[in-house]
Amino acid sequence: MNVIEVRELVRKFGDLTAVDGVSFEVKQGEIFGFLGPNGAGKSTTINMLCTLLRPTSGHATVNGYDVVTQQNAVRESIGLIFQDPSLDDRLTGYENLMFHAMLYDLSRPLFQERAAEVLEMVDLSDKADKLVQTYSGGMRRRLEIARGLLHRPKVMFLDEPTLGLDPQTRRHIWEYITRLRREEDLTIFLTTHYMDEAEICDRIAIIDHGQIIALDTPENLKALVGGDVVAVRTSDNELAARKLRAAFEIEPRPGPDGQLFIEVDHGDQFIPRLMTTLSNSRTPVEVQSINLRRPTLEDVFIKLTGRAIREEEADRARDHMRKRRRMFGGRSPHR
Amino acid sequence: MDTLRRNLKGIFTIWYRDLLRYIRDRSRIIASLAQPLLFLFVFGGGLAPAISGLAGGRLDFKQFMFPGILGMTVLFTSIFSAISIVWDREFGFLKEVMVAPVSRTAVALGKVAGGSTIAMIQGSIILLLAPLLGITLSVGQIVSLVLLMLLMAAMMTSLGILIAARQRSMEGFQMIMNFLLMPMFFLSGAFFPLQGVPQWMEWLAKINPVTYGVDALRRMALQGTIPAQFLDMLILHPLWVDAAIMAGFGLVFLVPAVWLFSKAE
Repeated sequence: MNVIEVRELVRKFGDLTAVDGVSFEVKQGEIFGFLGPNGAGKSTTINMLCTLLRPTSGHATVNGYDVVTQQNAVRESIGLIFQDPSLDDRLTGYENLMFHAMLYDLSRPLFQERAAEVLEMVDLSDKADKLVQTYSGGMRRRLEIARGLLHRPKVMFLDEPTLGLDPQTRRHIWEYITRLRREEDLTIFLTTHYMDEAEICDRIAIIDHGQIIALDTPENLKALVGGDVVAVRTSDNELAARKLRAAFEIEPRPGPDGQLFIEVDHGDQFIPRLMTTLSNSRTPVEVQSINLRRPTLEDVFIKLTGRAIREEEADRARDHMRKRRRMFGGRSPHR
Repeated sequence: MDTLRRNLKGIFTIWYRDLLRYIRDRSRIIASLAQPLLFLFVFGGGLAPAISGLAGGRLDFKQFMFPGILGMTVLFTSIFSAISIVWDREFGFLKEVMVAPVSRTAVALGKVAGGSTIAMIQGSIILLLAPLLGITLSVGQIVSLVLLMLLMAAMMTSLGILIAARQRSMEGFQMIMNFLLMPMFFLSGAFFPLQGVPQWMEWLAKINPVTYGVDALRRMALQGTIPAQFLDMLILHPLWVDAAIMAGFGLVFLVPAVWLFSKAE
């Protein structure tokens, strides 16, 4: 059964087409990921599915309800973790949950029972009566997850749930999310630009310039790249690339730190032939390092778009941190 | 029916949150009372000896100013409360509300209710100073004053929501402060009687919604302090006219405010 169905969804902002005819389905109980660089249309799509933005054209249903004509039914069916913090930091954790329960019309006993449950789940039971102001970034995120679960949504939307968090906190957040999927009958729709995080998805849509350019399981996507990736660093990458083209009809692509990436099947057998080709000639190229790895989603992205996702994203995370600092008025949000 | 009940609960929720935040924030309560006290006792106390001809010499300038200060407190608190919606937008809390199964109209009305209540409370705190100024108030007057402040607060909060409905940052706020709030305050008759002011000022005062609030508050607050024939010299309109005009202004602000807010993405 499909919990989300999207048909030819389009959203324009003036001349800019942020989402350009996107179609996909998300199945019940699935973790579905939207992967793409900044400005690819991920958040715009989520905002349309969550009824915060009206589509310019196209259709979308969530839990069987139309996102334009049945907004309230959609809103009751979904939980949402926004990219930016959306807690009231002058209130306690418990009060934030209470206001959520009031907005979603939960009865008081039901709220108390579920609040205890979700707080337990995200390990915040003992901090619930503290002002959110005093929470760390990771605690805030966990509280937001707890809040999003309070009304037992069918679908949980997570828009960059770990943006601006440190690696250890990121790992914790993912533990909660994977546990959620095990313990609740929940469909999870997430966007991320962290390639490693996308790995936990059952299926991933890679989105670029408002269009879905690939949609499959992480394994199948990685199979697009080929069997293995061989990364070499040489004394003369240009010459090495020419030799590879001539000998194997392979087009290597430049990677970070002066590496060359070569996609091949059976990389273990390819390496000796590569070494021979590079060193056995009148103009030998010195191989400084070599390693063999399985392709990552990053390789898939580069293969499909010709660009790396990471360079753009490094700037992005910095901007985000700056924004957070500005919002908290110089006060560190992590204390 | 269920939708109506839910939306009423939504209005109550937004109202309750604003109130809880207000009660929790002691420093804000104290800070917002500092300005009216400064005006009343320093400005008013300093000018009082120089201005002695009010109501045939029967009214001290501080007593004359007192209803103006009530109006000022209501005006500023209302607008600030309404504009906190921009703050919420910037900090993301508004998103949580916007995606809840509650209509935007309910959100806007809840905000108006919250801002009005807080402004009314702030005004009522100032009202406690009346005995210090030699103003005697009956229970009936106190109730009427609180209700008038609520009406005025609802009108001004609606204007605040109208201003804030589409605003995305606090940057334009200083402009609003300088070009809207201060003129509205000074042209309301809070500090000087509007009888006999230049023609242009009289016209501006007429289109200023705050004028009617201050006028009604002045009549109600000073009723027991000076005789009616002297009070009439300082009053512009009958009470019901002031109240009706405030209600009218309130609706004129509220309807487009709710509409703009519902349409905002």
